[in-house]
Amino acid sequence: MLQSFIVDSFANRRHIIRVIIILIGLVYIIKLFFLQVVDSTYKLTASNNVLRYVTQFPARGLIYDREGKLLVYNEAAYDLMVVPRQLEPFDTTEFCQILNISKEYVDEALKRAKEFSVYNSSIFLKQVSSKTYANLQEKLYKYPGFFVQSRTLRKYSLENGAHLLGYVGEVNNKIIESDEYYKSGDYIGVSGIEQSYEEYLRGQKGVNVYLVDVHNRIQGSYANGRLDKKAKVGSNIISTIDSDLQAYGEKLMRNKIGSIVAIEPSTGEILALVSSPTYNPELLVGRIRTKNYVTLMSDTLKPLFNRALMAQYPPGSTFKVINALIGLQEKTLFPYTKYECAGAYYARNLRLGCHIHRSPLNLIESIQMSCNTYYCNVFRSILDNKKYPSIRESFDQWREYIMSFGFGEYLNSDFDNELKGLVPTKQTYDRIYGEKGWRSLTLISMAIGQGELGTTPLQMANMTAAIANRGYYYTPHIVKEIEGDYKLDERFFEKNYTKIDSNYFEIVIEGMDMAVNGESGSGSTARSAQIPEITVCGKTGTAENPHGKDHSIFIAFAPKEDPKIAIAVYIENGGFGSTWAAPTAKLMMEEYLNDSISVPWWEEYILNAEINYNAETSKHME
Amino acid sequence: MQRRVNIWSSIDWLTVAIYLVLVFVGWINIYAAVYNEDHHSIFDFSQRYGKQLIWIAAALLIAFTIFVIDINFYSYFAYFVYGLMILLLIAVLIFGKEVHGAKSWFEIGSFRIQPAEFAKVATALVLARYLSSYNVQINTLKSYLRVAAIILIPSLLILLQNDTGSALVYFVFILVLYREGISESILLLGLFVIILFVLALVLEKLIIILLSIAIVFIIFWFLNRRLKNVGIGIGILFLTSVVLYGVNEVLSKGLSYYYIILGALGISGLVYIILAIRYKIKNIALLLIFLIGSVLLTYSVDYVFNNFLEPHQQKRINVVLGLESDPYGVEYNVNQSKIAIGSGGLYGKGFLRGTQTKFDFVPEQSTDFIFCTIGEEWGFIGTFFVVSLFVFFLYRLIGIAERQRSAFSRIYGYGVVSVLFFHIVINIGMTIGLVPVIGIPLPFFSYGGSSLWAFTILLFIFLRLDASRLELLK
Repeated sequence: MLQSFIVDSFANRRHIIRVIIILIGLVYIIKLFFLQVVDSTYKLTASNNVLRYVTQFPARGLIYDREGKLLVYNEAAYDLMVVPRQLEPFDTTEFCQILNISKEYVDEALKRAKEFSVYNSSIFLKQVSSKTYANLQEKLYKYPGFFVQSRTLRKYSLENGAHLLGYVGEVNNKIIESDEYYKSGDYIGVSGIEQSYEEYLRGQKGVNVYLVDVHNRIQGSYANGRLDKKAKVGSNIISTIDSDLQAYGEKLMRNKIGSIVAIEPSTGEILALVSSPTYNPELLVGRIRTKNYVTLMSDTLKPLFNRALMAQYPPGSTFKVINALIGLQEKTLFPYTKYECAGAYYARNLRLGCHIHRSPLNLIESIQMSCNTYYCNVFRSILDNKKYPSIRESFDQWREYIMSFGFGEYLNSDFDNELKGLVPTKQTYDRIYGEKGWRSLTLISMAIGQGELGTTPLQMANMTAAIANRGYYYTPHIVKEIEGDYKLDERFFEKNYTKIDSNYFEIVIEGMDMAVNGESGSGSTARSAQIPEITVCGKTGTAENPHGKDHSIFIAFAPKEDPKIAIAVYIENGGFGSTWAAPTAKLMMEEYLNDSISVPWWEEYILNAEINYNAETSKHME
Repeated sequence: MQRRVNIWSSIDWLTVAIYLVLVFVGWINIYAAVYNEDHHSIFDFSQRYGKQLIWIAAALLIAFTIFVIDINFYSYFAYFVYGLMILLLIAVLIFGKEVHGAKSWFEIGSFRIQPAEFAKVATALVLARYLSSYNVQINTLKSYLRVAAIILIPSLLILLQNDTGSALVYFVFILVLYREGISESILLLGLFVIILFVLALVLEKLIIILLSIAIVFIIFWFLNRRLKNVGIGIGILFLTSVVLYGVNEVLSKGLSYYYIILGALGISGLVYIILAIRYKIKNIALLLIFLIGSVLLTYSVDYVFNNFLEPHQQKRINVVLGLESDPYGVEYNVNQSKIAIGSGGLYGKGFLRGTQTKFDFVPEQSTDFIFCTIGEEWGFIGTFFVVSLFVFFLYRLIGIAERQRSAFSRIYGYGVVSVLFFHIVINIGMTIGLVPVIGIPLPFFSYGGSSLWAFTILLFIFLRLDASRLELLK
C-alpha cells in the first residue's frame, strides 16, 4: 500500500465544496419548480399536447387588365396533410369514401409520407374541393395525424391570354435547392406574368404554431402567437393588356397559326399579345394540370409555344422601310431618288424578281408598291458607300442601325422567355466567304428582309412603334402597375432612340400611308387595311418559308398623326401580306380605336379562314 | 502496516443502492424516451432500452470484477493506465470513426466505444497518485506544471477529436486541487479570468475598464487602509482624463471615451509608480499588472471568441448570455427541452405518456436530453427526486472521501465527486436553459455503454478503495 500521511490542513475546505454542491442543487430545484409548477408558459393545457407548425399560404396577387377588369383570381382549395408518427389505426373504408380515393392510394400515400419524414407533415392528398373539405372537417377528429392546410388555386375570368398570363406550377427540386423560400409542394409562376412578377404576386408565407391535443384538435395558439409569423398577401398587378382586344385577336386567329402583337407607341405598353393556337388557361390549374400539360406538350401545333416572343421569322418586305430610313440617314438615298425596275433586279448573273408595276419609282412609291429592285439598289448604295474603307465597316454601320430598332438583342421586356432574334455579324460572313470574299451583292436578300434575318413578332411590333414615334421606342412591357409600394422598373419609362434622325421618318411614313390609302389601281399593296376616317400607315411583308407556303406579314400603326396603336401580324403560310395579315391588323386596330367594325364582311372573311391548320390535331384541347 | 478485513462486509452498500436506483430510473426513462407502439417489448434488444439492459448487466459484472482486484493495483498501475489511455486517445484520432462530427469512437463490428469516457478514470487515478506522493508540495511551480500537464494532455487530445464537451470536463479537477490545498489566489485568478471573459462578451469595453479601475482602487484601499492615498490616486486619474478629453476636443481627434481613459491610465500609471517608489507604497506593481492584464484580456476575448470557437459554439454561448436569439436553431433545442420539462407540471404526464419527447421535438432524447423525459413524465416530483438524489449521492461520496486514511483514496474520491458533479450540473443545467448546450451525458441515466461503464468503473474503484480503508492503520 502506498502510504502518505501528509498533514491534512485543508480538511475544512470540504465544507465549502459541500456548500457549493448543495447551493447548485437548490438553484436547480428552484428553477425546476418555476419551470414546472409556477410558470405556465411551458405548461400545455391538457395532459398530452403537441405543437404543430402550420404554414400560412398568402393569397396570390390578382391580375387585372388595363381597364381594371379582373383576369386572374383565386379559389380556395385544401391540401390534406399527414404526420405519420401521430397516426392511429382508422376506418379506411369510411376515409376513402369521404375523400373518394382508393385503398391503394391510401397505402401508397402513407408509404410516401413515411419515407419523407415520420414526424414532419407532408401532403397526403392535394387540392381537396371545398365540398369534400366540409364533409371531412366534421370527421377529422377520427383520424389523428391528419389535418388540412388551406391553399389557393388560380381561377381565370376569361379563356384568353394564356400565354401572357402564364401559369403556376409546383416548384421542382432545382428551385427548392437554389431558393430557400420555396419548400416542397409550394407553387411558383412558371411563365408569363406569373413568372416575371412572381416575387410580387406570391406575397410572403407565414406560420402559425398551434397546440394540438391527443384527439388531433387544435387547442389554440401556442405562447400567445409569439412564434407565429403573419403571411403577407401578394400584390395585385394591373396588366397593360386590353382584354377585349386580346379576346378579339384570339378570335380572329382561330384556325390559323401565327401571332399578333399590339403596342401603344406612346408608352410601350402591350395591348394584345396573341399566339395561335392557344389554350384555355384553366387547363393548367389544379389536379388536372399534369394530364393536360402532357396533352398540350404533345400537340404538333405546339399551343404552349409562345410565338409572339419566341418564333423567329424573316421580316420580309416590311424591312424595306428600315433600309429606306438607313439610306436616308446615310445620305445614299434621297426622297427624290428614282430607280428603274424592269420586273426584276439584275446584277451579274443574279436575278431577283419583282412584280409588275410602273417604273421608275421614287421613294414614297417604292414603299407604296413594295418594289424589290428599288431596295436592292438602296441596300447596295448603303453597303458600297465610299465613305467606308470596305464593306466590313459599312456592314457594321448598317447593323448598328438595325440593332437600334431592337433587333438581334433581347428587348428586355418583362417576359422571361423572349428570344433575341438573329442579325448576322460580319464574322458570320467572314466564316462563310472569308474576310475578302463577300460583297454587297452577297447579302442582297437582306435588302428585302429575307436571308439570314430572324425577328420575333414582338420585335416587329416594337419596330412599328418606333416608326410611329418617329425615332424612338419604349421597351415593351406587359405590366402597367404593381399595387403596394412597388414601382415598375425604370427601364420602361426611358425612351430608346434609334440611330435615325426623326425628320427622316415623315417621308417613309408617307410611303406607308400610300401603301394603305393609295387610290385603287395606283399599285398600293395594303389597301385591305384601310379603315374609314382613320389614316392607317402600314407595310406588307411576305416571308419566304423553306418548309411551305410563305408567311403573311403586316405591320401598321394608326392614326398617322397621333398613333395610338402599333401592330404586327404574322399568319404562318398565309401567302401575301395583303391577303390575311393586313385585314387582320385592320380589324384589330378598328376594334381598338372605334370599338366597332365598319365592314363586317372583312370580319367574316377572316373568321372563316382556315389556313394550313390541321383542325384534327388540335381538336382535343377545346 | 496492514490488516485483513472482509471487504464484502465493509462495502458502502448505501452508495451501491443509490447507484442501482439511478441506473434503474435511467433505464426506464430510456425506455419511455424511445418507446413506440411497434416495439413495445421491454426486452427488445434491437431497441435502445434493450441494448441498455445489456450494458447495465455488463456494468454490474465490471463492478464485481473491480472488487475482486487487489486494492494496490489502482495506485501502482495508475501511470500505466494513464499512459495507455493517452495512446488510445491518440489512436482514436487516427483510426476512430466520426459520429455527429466528433471523431471519438472506436468501432469494432457493430460495437462502438468512446475512449474519452474512460480517460477521466485514468486522469483521476494519476492525479491522486501524484498529489499523494511524499515529496509533492502542491503550491510550487513544479507541481502546478505537472498537475496542469496531467489534466490538460487528455483534455487537449479530446478537444482535437472535436468533442468539446468531454474536453471541458477536465477543468473540474480544479475542485480536487482546491480540496488538496491549492492557493486561493490561483483559484481567484482563474475565477476572475472566467468572469472577465463572460463580461467582455456581454459588456462594452469602456464599462469593463471602469469596473476594473473601481475594483483596483477598492483592493488598494483594503491593502493600505489609507483613504488619502486612494483619493490622490483617483484625483490623478480624473485629472489626466479631463486633460486628455480637452485635448481630444480641441484637436477634434474624435477618440472614444475608452481610448481617453486608457491613455489617462497609462500616464497616471507612470505617476503612480514614481509616487509609490518615493513614498514606499507596496503592492502598486501588482495592481498595475492586474489592470494591464484585464485590458489585454478584454482584447483577447474577442479574438479567442471569434477565432478559436466554432460558429455553433459561439451561438450556444450567445444564446445563454441572451445576446442572440435563434428560436429555430440552438434555442429551438433548449426551448423544446424546456417545453418538455415545463409541460410535465407538478405530477408529470405519467409513464410513457410524454408527447414532447416521443414526437422527436426534443433532440438526443435518450442520451444528452434524457432529463426531459423525467421532467415531462414524472413532473416536478420526479425532477426533485432525481436532483435531490444526485445531491445526496455527491454529499455521501464526499463523506466517504473524507473518511479515507490514505491521501490517494481521498484525492481519488474527490476526483470521482468532481467528474460526476460537472456532468450532472452541465447536463441538467443545459436542459433547463441555465448553461450552454454542451453535449455530455447524465451519469448513469443517459443511453450508451461507454459512459455507463466509465462512470461505473470510476465509482466502484472508489468504493473498492473505501472497502479496504480499515486495512490501513493510521
